[in-house]
Amino acid sequence: MIKIPRSYPVALVIALLALSPIVVLLNLVGDDFQAFDARNLQVLTNTLLLMTFTALGSIAIGVPLAILTTYVRLPWGRFWLIVLAAPLALPSYLGAFTFYAAFGMGGEISNLLGIPTPAVNGLAGSTLIMTLYTYPFVLLTTRASLSSLDASQIYAARTLGLSLMMSLWRVVLPRILNGIAAGALLAAMYALSDFGTPAIMGLDTFTRVIFVEYNAFGLSQAAMLSLQLLVVIMLILFLESRFKGTTERPGRHLYFWPSAQQKFFMLLAASPVFLLAIVLPLSIFFLWLWRDGLGNFQLAYAWNSAYASLIAAFVAVLLALPVAYAAIKGKVGRIMERVTYMGFGIPGIVMGTALVYLGLKLPFMYQTLGLLVLAYVLRFLPLAVGSIRTTTESLDNSLLDAARVLGASRNEAFRRVTLPLTMRGLIAGAALVFLEAMRELPATLLLGPTGFETLATYLWRVYEAGYFGLAAIPGLLLFVLSGFGLALMFSGERSADLDNKNEPSKR
Amino acid sequence: MLKVSHLSIHYGTTQVVSDLSFSLDHDEILMLVGPTGCGKTTILKSLAGLVPISQGEMTIGNGTHHWTATPKKQVPPEKRNVGMVFQDFALFPHLTVQENIEFRLSDAALANHWIDLLGLSAFRKTKPNSLSGGQKQRVALARTLAHEPAYVLLDEPLSNLDAALKDDLRWEIRQALKSAGVPALWVTHDQDEALSVGDRIGVLRNGNLEQLDSPENCYSQPANRFVAGFLGEASFISGEYHASTHQITTQLGDVPCAIEPTGQSVDVLLRPEDLSITTNTPTNGVIHWSRYEGSARLYSVLLDGDREVKIRTRHDNRLMPGDQVRVDVNCTHPLTVFPKEPG
Repeated sequence: MIKIPRSYPVALVIALLALSPIVVLLNLVGDDFQAFDARNLQVLTNTLLLMTFTALGSIAIGVPLAILTTYVRLPWGRFWLIVLAAPLALPSYLGAFTFYAAFGMGGEISNLLGIPTPAVNGLAGSTLIMTLYTYPFVLLTTRASLSSLDASQIYAARTLGLSLMMSLWRVVLPRILNGIAAGALLAAMYALSDFGTPAIMGLDTFTRVIFVEYNAFGLSQAAMLSLQLLVVIMLILFLESRFKGTTERPGRHLYFWPSAQQKFFMLLAASPVFLLAIVLPLSIFFLWLWRDGLGNFQLAYAWNSAYASLIAAFVAVLLALPVAYAAIKGKVGRIMERVTYMGFGIPGIVMGTALVYLGLKLPFMYQTLGLLVLAYVLRFLPLAVGSIRTTTESLDNSLLDAARVLGASRNEAFRRVTLPLTMRGLIAGAALVFLEAMRELPATLLLGPTGFETLATYLWRVYEAGYFGLAAIPGLLLFVLSGFGLALMFSGERSADLDNKNEPSKR
Repeated sequence: MLKVSHLSIHYGTTQVVSDLSFSLDHDEILMLVGPTGCGKTTILKSLAGLVPISQGEMTIGNGTHHWTATPKKQVPPEKRNVGMVFQDFALFPHLTVQENIEFRLSDAALANHWIDLLGLSAFRKTKPNSLSGGQKQRVALARTLAHEPAYVLLDEPLSNLDAALKDDLRWEIRQALKSAGVPALWVTHDQDEALSVGDRIGVLRNGNLEQLDSPENCYSQPANRFVAGFLGEASFISGEYHASTHQITTQLGDVPCAIEPTGQSVDVLLRPEDLSITTNTPTNGVIHWSRYEGSARLYSVLLDGDREVKIRTRHDNRLMPGDQVRVDVNCTHPLTVFPKEPG
């Protein structure tokens, strides 16, 4: 007798919904398009170069910082860790925007200090910005691998006659390669799907060109480019599934004991990263606030952002619940859960393109807030599912059995055991979706109803108009929001990734 | 009273339990024992209504509660009035000890009774995660018994606990079950636990019930070689059965026979306690190895003709490997025999 869990049908509908953007794009590309021309090749080259350089750059910064924060006891160690991971919480377009305004001829730095600085733009500029905001991926995954290594293996290597450096090279490195690769692939994914940075830096990558095509009413060309981008992304996602981080049982932790002076120089070497990624953008926004004041900023922009994001967060959690519940019920449920993770791989600009077309086909949706909320939900549903799942994982079936055996009906068991135990994940998931939606740029640009300006789109208009000073308030608000995101990251379940004390699980 | 007749369970096309029948008296404890994967836990889950049965039926009948579950008419777990103690305790991590025990009770007195009886008063407001293994198991037991089940199922309740705790706790659980006066089915893979706690023992292999009897009978008169070996050290020596005297002639002398064997050539089951070892002459064996067990000493002796037997003696007995010894059968009860194994 096969019984279908009650969450399956609902989860199936949600999984199909998550697949719909791809179906729409395939449909859209149907009639007329330029398959592949010289310009297309240039776009592909730019995108792949940016992706590769970003991945390499994030390894170059992330791995040494991971070794530093894992193996050296720094004064205020946790503070440094948070500071060094902080860029992850910031949308990179804030960095791109401020760097664009700060450097080069007539930039804020040369205006203020009279020092001529090279302009930050193009491939080099995009790589710099991307690397500054994606290296924490590598930092965190490498740290996780490093702290699961048993110190006694290094001791064994050294008693067998290897020097410290050689034992790091021959014993440690081979075992953290997977962790490094996983982080670098995340950075590559980010570089592929980000719209703001290449757009502001003027680098013709897929995301930027899709936006240009969309504005030139070349919707089917935009769809064609979107599909090409998705192919590249799927390749990266496939690679990522091969490189899951090591899950060794954590052993004794290794520490190096450099002198105080050495520690000082290590931190000094790490500080430019933080200064460039966080301090510089903040200073520029404060400079504008001091010089230009509030500008013509209206509170309505912030309210619009919050309103749409709040609805998106609520809907996302509502949809994530049956998916997460189906995933603990069985194999089929887990496949449906995987499908909802699609949104993670669909860049905002691609999601926007797909849903714009959907809006044209379904006139009652066109130019409505509902379409924008749908984009947010589909895109950030994985965040909600993921954070609910981490709490449902602790919820094994014997707890539900126990409740049933004590005489509780299915509904009562759900209400009194499942729901309270998943509440933490629900709230964390809603908060994550809310914060991401608040800062989302490309889909909001494409799908926001006429006159519906959010913090992110206002920042974009300011960039297009060139009146940078007006960006002070929205920029700082986005910073504050990112701060909340960071706090969430370090308080919730993920703090285990950051602490060295991830206890070995029993059994 | 709990009655199970001709119960079979399938996972897909694989049969995991076949044709199981037994019944339990009003406060009887039945131990189901068997090696890992013999279907013990599946039987418990089916009796709890967590796994559907494919054949047979089970009935509960004690005045107020009456139901019969069959493949056609499954009874959901919450309608069974069953109590279950889980291997991993399954305590609700978001509720305190008291809230766990009172999960579906309107009357706090029932909970308090078991909290006091099982010595949990100090932990009423504690969350399960900060309890030790033994305390968790007491909470799980209190929760089960406070809900006044018609029957109790225990799924390896002690397997996640330290060895030092097990002896005391299994007796404590037995006492609690007896004072609650409910029939209980207790699953374990530990033969000591089964022999010491149960009123009756059911030995399972591959989903079949090999023997269902009192612990004494299962130990001294096992139904087959598997049961004999599973419940303790078992040595066999060959012998000739004489129907006239109802005795068996072996190389250790004549011994009384418990059952009528089918053939004349038999193997006699010898438990380590059935034998004695001395240095008297004439000797009939040599010590192969000796293992000190604290309270006793276990010897392996190679009898003349190379048959190996195991003998348990007092711990102050000190014989060395290689010593020539004399082994005698030293028991008053008749011994169990099996048809001689070919070869």
